[in-house]
Amino acid sequence: MQISTRRHDKVTIFDLLGDIDFANSPELRHSVLREIQENRPPRVVMNLSKVHYIDSSGVASLVEGLKASRDLGSRFILFGLSTSAREVLQLSRLIKVFEVCDNEEQALAV
Amino acid sequence: MMALSSNPKWLSIVRAAVERLAETLGFKAEHCRSITRAVDEALTNIVRHSYSNRRDQPITMYFRKAQPKQEGEVQHGLEIILCDRGPVADATKWRGRPLGEIRPGGLGLHLIHDAMDIVEFCRKGDINRLRLVKYLGQASPAA
Repeated sequence: MQISTRRHDKVTIFDLLGDIDFANSPELRHSVLREIQENRPPRVVMNLSKVHYIDSSGVASLVEGLKASRDLGSRFILFGLSTSAREVLQLSRLIKVFEVCDNEEQALAV
Repeated sequence: MMALSSNPKWLSIVRAAVERLAETLGFKAEHCRSITRAVDEALTNIVRHSYSNRRDQPITMYFRKAQPKQEGEVQHGLEIILCDRGPVADATKWRGRPLGEIRPGGLGLHLIHDAMDIVEFCRKGDINRLRLVKYLGQASPAA
């Protein structure tokens, strides 16, 4: 998986490429938590449009990002969920816990 | 049969193989994804819990077409057996966390049970053996 970060006004956007599984979810968790805790962006947007698969450890990393954001009064938004990623969030009953958008424009506008 | 080490780098390779296998056996796309997810989560559990994140331990996987005959009917499907040589695992202590709870962890077991028709664990000698079975839709009359 590749992780890159963009900043757009006061929004941090994480562009993720590849599957998120136990081999790389610790790296994702570390990157997201560091960004939230060090830079305190009011909004964190996770671009998952190029993530085909996400496992339970990846979901756990997203949950940690959500919790850290909430603790600082920030928003944590997902967009571009693949069918597989959406299924995992639905099965874990977390789909409604996250703010989920269809695309980046929507994620920046809401 | 597939033999691999407990290095998480193999997870993506196994996922690709299992998804293709499920497709070939005729599972619907959503079941191909869920079977793949179950195997991935089971392997991750072995790496994390049975081998405590050590990356050089053996894992063996067996795949076969499942065809149990029950009262004159045959159910086709896929049987996957995952074997590891970690310490004795107490399956009675395996619990997923309540779904919908906003905290990380504890989802893997739910995903495995959701995907598969049979999830069985046993210890044979010094081997932990997890058996996963998914059947292909409705049972058909035996030929």
